[in-house]
Amino acid sequence: MTEDIYVLGIETSCDETAASVVKNGKEIISNVVASQIESHKRFGGVVPEIASRHHVEQITLVIEEALTQAGMAPNELDAVAVTEGPGLVGALLVGVNAAKAFAFAHQLPLVGVHHIAGHIYANRLEQEMEFPLLALVISGGHTELVLMKEHGDFDVIGETRDDAAGEAYDKVARTLNLPYPGGPHIDRLAHESDGAIEFPRVWLEEGSYDFSFSGLKSSVLNYLHNAAQRGEEIPPEHIAAGFQNSVVEVVTAKAVRAAAQYKVRQVIAAGGVAANKGLRTSLTAAFDEKGIPFYIPPLALCTDNAAMIAAAGTVMFEKGIRGTMAMNGRPGMELASWT
Amino acid sequence: MIYLGIDTSNYPLAIALMEDQTVLIEETTNLKINHSLTAMPAIEEMMKKAKVAPADLTHIAVAEGPGSYTGIRIGLTIAKTLAWSLKIPLHMVSSLKVLAANGQSFDGLVCPVMDARRGTAFTALYDGKTLEPVVGDQHSDFREFLNKAKTIGKPVLFTGADLVIHEGLIREVLGGMAHFSAPQNRLPRASNLIVLAQQSDAQDVHHAVPEYQRITEAEANYNKQQEGQPS
Ligand SMILES: [Zn+2]
Repeated sequence: MTEDIYVLGIETSCDETAASVVKNGKEIISNVVASQIESHKRFGGVVPEIASRHHVEQITLVIEEALTQAGMAPNELDAVAVTEGPGLVGALLVGVNAAKAFAFAHQLPLVGVHHIAGHIYANRLEQEMEFPLLALVISGGHTELVLMKEHGDFDVIGETRDDAAGEAYDKVARTLNLPYPGGPHIDRLAHESDGAIEFPRVWLEEGSYDFSFSGLKSSVLNYLHNAAQRGEEIPPEHIAAGFQNSVVEVVTAKAVRAAAQYKVRQVIAAGGVAANKGLRTSLTAAFDEKGIPFYIPPLALCTDNAAMIAAAGTVMFEKGIRGTMAMNGRPGMELASWT
Repeated sequence: MIYLGIDTSNYPLAIALMEDQTVLIEETTNLKINHSLTAMPAIEEMMKKAKVAPADLTHIAVAEGPGSYTGIRIGLTIAKTLAWSLKIPLHMVSSLKVLAANGQSFDGLVCPVMDARRGTAFTALYDGKTLEPVVGDQHSDFREFLNKAKTIGKPVLFTGADLVIHEGLIREVLGGMAHFSAPQNRLPRASNLIVLAQQSDAQDVHHAVPEYQRITEAEANYNKQQEGQPS
């Protein structure tokens, strides 16, 4: 019988200060998230310097809470996993230095985790991964299709060439004067709408799995501008529904095509935008029809959290990957395979 | 009692270990390298050399700011995480006071200076004999600050790595009242930090935050906007 592995995860890449203890990379023992969203609302978006300041205020409290809820002492842990990148540099530095100091104080192994690997591994906290696997990572900072042939093997087969999907949602929400963060409001308006404006679908060249959302965003802005010049009132829900239809159709079609081409055994969605109702419904229906198992983690595991970092960090730890006291925050870190 | 001292407020990285009143080891580097890369390896290496294990530490002392926002956050994050992890007291000392300690025993005022761009500085005036603040830590237009310092009518010893930037202005305003510390006395020393920490009360670790001495630009703009709005 093998021994259980307990990993403490720490995540501070954007505006959530989070810590979690995960058992064997699959079972959440505790999961604590201190959100800063209320503080950033007044600025209409995340202010990096303010995010960093909040992380310093929260970091030890959040780690302590994660250990308390887990009922564990530091010496019962096997490793500390922390988000090394990508993200806001000042924000990453707080988590990385706290993780290093904690690991040093207790002489524990340290593992630096890629944030997107974390989002993907959030799914493993719900059910075991089956390979080959296709991950659709869709959030405020990312829109990627990642093919995995085994644990820690990441092949980015498609990504956004401009805005991330979540970024486009926030920008369109702002022009509709919806409060920050705008994504959920667009989703809700679209859901309630009785009509939709037709916006273009951006497919890029044939066969490409890449995405582009800045053109769609411009179409929405132009449409609103022209309507205003004509003195026309456009119901905002028609804009929201039209925009969402365009995003959802392209994302679903590309994910389905990739899943078929690579004959994957499982498709998983990850990232904050994966919580979007319109996208969930469309993806679920499309993969149901194809008979390909499709999973989306619950909302709390779609948005940023430290359980996902601990989950990915556990597999890295098992593969013998170790960070050093010289670990730095890496804002532009690339998703590399664990070899 | 074994104290670990950490000052990462500006470019210099200053760390030290003291056993009661004895300095075991002390290091100051003034290389423009990210503290996030260097601070923990330097601490680990220093403790190994001194044969001090993390569990042997009894107190953590940290320079709380002002200084580079990122710099003070790195030092404070390391210090509070170590203190909380090891369940030992955390002492915080003004980064300006740590610099002022370079001029200790000067008969007059000591003025630590950290450049903060656009003619401004993080600065203060400390009594050279007692190291008590005469004019508290602040972020100010440096010329205005010097004009105020002049009215006190005492000789002022300036210290800090950024002195070179402001030397001309200081001489212009204070003339013969201005004294300049020697180059080797312009960098923070973590042994000074520890000695000051030994005279201070411990802080509540969870609520320990850097002393930025300045709100963020976003908040300043937001406040301005709110003021401009009719309520
Ligand atoms: Zn994320």
